[in-house]
Amino acid sequence: MTDLLAARSQMAMSLAFHIVFAAVGMAMPLLMAVAEGMWLRTRDPVYLDLAKRWQRGTAILFAVGAVSGTVLSFELGLLWPGFMRHAGAVIGMPFSLEGFAFFLEAIFLGVHLYGWDRVGPRLHWLAGLGVAVTGVASGIFVVCANGWMNTPTGFRVENGKAVDIDVWAALLNPAAGSEALHMAIAAFQAVGWAVAGIHAWALLRRPAEPFHVKAFGIAFSVAAITALVQPLAGDLSAQQVARNQPTKLAALEAHWHTQRGAPLQIGGWPDETAEVTRWSIEIPNGLSLLAFHDPDAQVEGLTAVPRADRPPVAIVHVAFQIMVGLGSAMAAIALYACWLALRRRSWTASRPLLRVVAWAAPAGFVALEAGWVVTEVGRQPWIARGWLRTADAVTPMPHLIVPFLAFTALYCLLGVVVVVLMRRQVFASPGLAGRDVAGQEFADDT
Amino acid sequence: MTPDLLLAGVLLASLIAYAVTGGADFGGGIWDLLATGPRAPQQRRVIAHAIGPIWEANHVWLILAVVVLFAGFPPAFAALSTDLHIPLAVLLGGIVLRGAAFAFRSYGGGTDRDLRLWSRVFAIASLVSPIMLGVIAGAVGSGRMRIVDGQVQTDFVSSWLARLPIATGLLTLLAFAWLAAVYLTLETQDQLLRADFRRRAQATAPAVAAVAVLTLWFVHQDAPLLWAGLAHRPWTPGLFGLTAALFLATVWAMARFWHRLARLTAAGAVALIVSGWGLALHPYVIPPDLTLTAAAAPDSVIVPVLWTLAAGSVLLAPAFVWLFAVFKARPGLPPADPDRT
Repeated sequence: MTDLLAARSQMAMSLAFHIVFAAVGMAMPLLMAVAEGMWLRTRDPVYLDLAKRWQRGTAILFAVGAVSGTVLSFELGLLWPGFMRHAGAVIGMPFSLEGFAFFLEAIFLGVHLYGWDRVGPRLHWLAGLGVAVTGVASGIFVVCANGWMNTPTGFRVENGKAVDIDVWAALLNPAAGSEALHMAIAAFQAVGWAVAGIHAWALLRRPAEPFHVKAFGIAFSVAAITALVQPLAGDLSAQQVARNQPTKLAALEAHWHTQRGAPLQIGGWPDETAEVTRWSIEIPNGLSLLAFHDPDAQVEGLTAVPRADRPPVAIVHVAFQIMVGLGSAMAAIALYACWLALRRRSWTASRPLLRVVAWAAPAGFVALEAGWVVTEVGRQPWIARGWLRTADAVTPMPHLIVPFLAFTALYCLLGVVVVVLMRRQVFASPGLAGRDVAGQEFADDT
Repeated sequence: MTPDLLLAGVLLASLIAYAVTGGADFGGGIWDLLATGPRAPQQRRVIAHAIGPIWEANHVWLILAVVVLFAGFPPAFAALSTDLHIPLAVLLGGIVLRGAAFAFRSYGGGTDRDLRLWSRVFAIASLVSPIMLGVIAGAVGSGRMRIVDGQVQTDFVSSWLARLPIATGLLTLLAFAWLAAVYLTLETQDQLLRADFRRRAQATAPAVAAVAVLTLWFVHQDAPLLWAGLAHRPWTPGLFGLTAALFLATVWAMARFWHRLARLTAAGAVALIVSGWGLALHPYVIPPDLTLTAAAAPDSVIVPVLWTLAAGSVLLAPAFVWLFAVFKARPGLPPADPDRT
């Protein structure tokens, strides 16, 4: 493994790990705020119990998210000092804003986690809302920084250095808006489906248990709304990518040759040597239509740039197919749920819905990871598209496989522990006493 | 006062804030490791109760410092991240394990054996990270980091594996432990526990003083630029005098059971030690090859960042005051409080 590959792998692993916890940190506060708000309004103790139990699970995930985020801010320098030396000043603003959002979030979180008995109920609920708002804000800011890597703006290059830096133009780069929207929705979608799936599974075992009925209602509402809205946000992103990052679009669609009225390729495997994609289902004019909303638009192909400037096509294309496939599946399930609602059929009484949602629990997170693979790998070989190459930005330190393996081992350990603790929290939920799937007994924690 | 100097001041302030808040969190972890005697479990409970609500907020100061450094002084950030990769990576490992272990212990709901395991991880990580922070600070000031044509000349080891950085690491560890012990006396109303923490503070104080003197000696011997910045400045007598005075005032206040005063003077002493390091570096950021002005980003970056920090502080300062008011205004755990988590 080359040092560059080790560095890229370490960054990828750190990001893939962190994004799960970041999404939880962005979305769970909203679910908890809804539950706590319902309790304040209806005084139904089940809602209070729900808010507190969700909080116990989330607290662990928050802490792991905070430390894995610290790792990323350090890794920007540890792995990519060349990038930071040239671009650090240009993207400093979104990171500064993100830092502020973190501060506020941590403060609100401290009050929310530990202040149940210290502040009044309304203030406590507002603190929870504060966590939700600042969490989403911090996510938006950091995605703006990532957007800049895709569409670098706000500076000129002179003798290889960035001059005439305009930090606000850099913050409000062309990719920022659509990326931030797409990611914000994705965080809620991933968490909504996962939480809904867990409670759906619980309801299949103990039907009509009030705790899980209410939990499912809140979580699946978020899941369904995001599943239906996300394709529109995705379309906005696709249009931006088509306009500003044509090579990335070509890679994710495995589109080799520039042409008008380009077909959409569903599935298929790209052959990078032969520069052709095989075994795909072609929809005529589909790509031009989706990317530019014009069936005869010209779509640039991968062959328009030299091989050295192309990203790895197979990874990007397959990841894209996974993301869109799962997104479509979630949207379809959401439509089914809408149909049930129109027919005045209760969601939690519909075993088919519960079963499909339980199976679909990981879909949002898998789509989230796949989407990040698309945008990050699709940007290669650039770390700042068109200006800095990833290979030129990496640290000169040798044996990078050592920190890569060390941090991977650390994260594997953390991942295992988190899963174990989450299972304990989940099995401690009401109505799940008795035997679990593996036949082991556990106590009813009421 | 130029913008880059002002931003450097903000960076230093951020590090000071980290030292007197997050540093005490680390120190608390050390006392968790060293909890002994018949009241060891209660000591651990007090520490967890003290750290719980605030540790996440406290550690954002470090992230803020990192962001201000790479936004405002990118060549310095790049040089530091390259040359000091190893201590930074170890620091990072410590931070990750600490935060995760604390959360697992508090919310994991596991067996006693699980709790002891995570407590051990939490405590050991709390020992390692302060040492690394000090090693990094010492290496930066030591003059051993050489930069030629914008590239740091490094073998990734020799700038930090030397007596000055190591002594600075040890000083940081002891100072954080001392600070935490002083703070912890106010986190409990139990007189016996207060006495426990007071004894620890008084026992650590001479070690802090001794290692501080040793570190200063190494600065004098090994880092002439830093020594000149520390000892040959107009504010030198004032700085040394005030630091010593606050340190001694803390020892005296502890002996007189004036815990609230001790908290202030101890924090002041640690703040001054960090300030001294920062002021001594001036006009360099990495002596001898990189000055602050040479490393600074253009004003078109620094000025907006300063304004953003100012605007953010308007929101943030009251929020912090609120957080500490909610959790630190009351006298701390009453005696024999049942475990709340």
